[in-house]
Amino acid sequence: MAELIQILVSGLAAGSIYALAAVGFTLLWQASQTINFAQGEFVMLPAFFVLVGVHFLGLPLWPAIFFGLLLSLLILGVAFKRLIVEPMLPHGTLPLVIATIALGLLLKESVKEFYGATAQPFPAIFPQTVYNVMGASVSLQDICNLAVSMLAIGGLQLFLSRTRTGRCMQASAQNPAVAEILGVNVKRMVLYTFLINAALATIASVLISPIYLAKFSNGETLGLVAFIAAIVGGFNQIRGALVGGLLIGVIDNLSAVYISAEYRAAMPLLLLIAIILLRPQGLLGTKEGRSV
Amino acid sequence: MFKTLCSTAAVALALSATSALAEVKIGSIVELSGAGAAAGTNFRDGVHMAFEEINAAGGILGEQVSITEYDSQTDPQVSRAMVQKAIDDGVYAITGTVFSSSTIVNMLVAQQAGIPQFTGSEAPKITQMNNPYIFRTAFGSQKGIPKMTKYMAEEMGIKKVAVVWANTEFGKGGHSAFVDEVGNHGIEIIADIPTEQAQTDFSADVLKAKNSGADAVFVYLTEEESARFLREAQKQSIGLPMIGETTLIGAKVIELAGDAANGAMGHVGLTADADIPAMTDMVARFTAQFKYTPDHNAIKGYTAAYAIKCVTEKNGKVDSQALADAMHGLKLTVAECPGVLMDVSWDETGEMSRESFFVEVQDGKQTIKAVLPPN
Repeated sequence: MAELIQILVSGLAAGSIYALAAVGFTLLWQASQTINFAQGEFVMLPAFFVLVGVHFLGLPLWPAIFFGLLLSLLILGVAFKRLIVEPMLPHGTLPLVIATIALGLLLKESVKEFYGATAQPFPAIFPQTVYNVMGASVSLQDICNLAVSMLAIGGLQLFLSRTRTGRCMQASAQNPAVAEILGVNVKRMVLYTFLINAALATIASVLISPIYLAKFSNGETLGLVAFIAAIVGGFNQIRGALVGGLLIGVIDNLSAVYISAEYRAAMPLLLLIAIILLRPQGLLGTKEGRSV
Repeated sequence: MFKTLCSTAAVALALSATSALAEVKIGSIVELSGAGAAAGTNFRDGVHMAFEEINAAGGILGEQVSITEYDSQTDPQVSRAMVQKAIDDGVYAITGTVFSSSTIVNMLVAQQAGIPQFTGSEAPKITQMNNPYIFRTAFGSQKGIPKMTKYMAEEMGIKKVAVVWANTEFGKGGHSAFVDEVGNHGIEIIADIPTEQAQTDFSADVLKAKNSGADAVFVYLTEEESARFLREAQKQSIGLPMIGETTLIGAKVIELAGDAANGAMGHVGLTADADIPAMTDMVARFTAQFKYTPDHNAIKGYTAAYAIKCVTEKNGKVDSQALADAMHGLKLTVAECPGVLMDVSWDETGEMSRESFFVEVQDGKQTIKAVLPPN
């Protein structure tokens, strides 16, 4: 029992961070039909912004995190939309996908060039306290990671469904032409989406880097896992991305403990294949028609 | 005019010929990116620092040393291509690679070309392949692990152990040396936990080790993975001694793991915290130059450079074959070659012997618990 509690807590904590990145995938897809294959690098990069704040500007941790958030909003939000998505989108989804792959490589190699190829320690933002829960060691860090991720995603859901801006964003995602006729500033709504994605990536980065360490290559695994989580949960539903992220976190841990550590990386992919075969729209996703 | 042109051309030709001759070319092939970047960068910086000192002191046999750097990207096939490139560039000797999975592949290229290679790798297999051109800069895990297991059994009273190891050439070598050795000391392996290269999430591995009922956990992972493992172990309050061979208690691991590294123990062939004046001086100079504390890999690189210098000067000529020949069965003392920092010897296979240390990390520093004799 203790072992299962431990696996569930660790899996949910890791999964909630995957979910943050996965939600970003779904947001951008819904707002602008952008499949962002640089999403993993979007999660890797803010940790280095924070480290720049701490090591080069001499900022304390929390101001450095705020500095990282600002840079992320500017670079991963505004600049990404203006310099890559807007010029590429009229040419279709595929060129944009390739552009985001190129962007991911550029970000990765730039971090390697500027900050070095070795992993960097990243300060923990939560205490390292460990509690004994029915024989399992449950760390405060895991609980806080889970809580912060859930709050971020819950807050986003509330924002989208309960505020005027949120509903305008949903309207812009569902039918931009009609939304525009109704007086919604669609371009601004899309920009908000990109900014939210950058903010979620920053939160994920700050939560995961104390455990995974800050490294230029972190985005490779994170991007893939988040993409799978988004598909498994439903690419067009935020709650689907949340469920997908949590599910993959738990399955990864369960398979590593009870099946084999050597095949753990294959488990999310097997899940992905099963979902595509049995429920292509994802666990919580809705069917989308496409006409040619 | 014509005469002036001719004489200028002749002088230029003579100068270029002189510079081509008066240069000892060393190929530094290391992991500057990928999973091995931490180890490779240390090794590279150690080599650079030593050759800078050697050049400042007049070079080798009066010739300056030029180092050409090649990044293996921690990829065996790339490392093989880089070794070939270095040989094509006409190097006298090669330093690196550090990762055993790369060295196993690229050492064959150096062997075919007859170029001595000074590796930082510790997998046992490397000196068991009858390659007369490969030389270690730290002894292989098959020599280090017997020292460590003896200490674990006799001094720490460990009877049952969980083994967490990297499923790579490096990890397999250490794992198999450990498995072969523990039986000789009455230690039973009750959990065998392989992990993947560049793995980031160690929660399941820590959990398995923790619940295995072991007296201690033997951790045989690379630097970054070791740090992640230690962080996760702290998060799960593992409550068991964690013992490693060389990497677990390395400077980079201590830097990355922070206070999670405290209490980790292990055997290390070289340590920046050894109470040896020459080592202390080297570490101080290195830290001042590169702005970080060197780990054992930096010391390996540094001593490799000095071994090349001392043996070449003993030979009296810059000749790759003569260097390789002289290395076999060689003993270098600090008195005759201060740059090797500790007395060292190489056998006929290129394997080396030297005193070593059992250390524990306390307050973020290696603290020597015992000095273990050469074997």
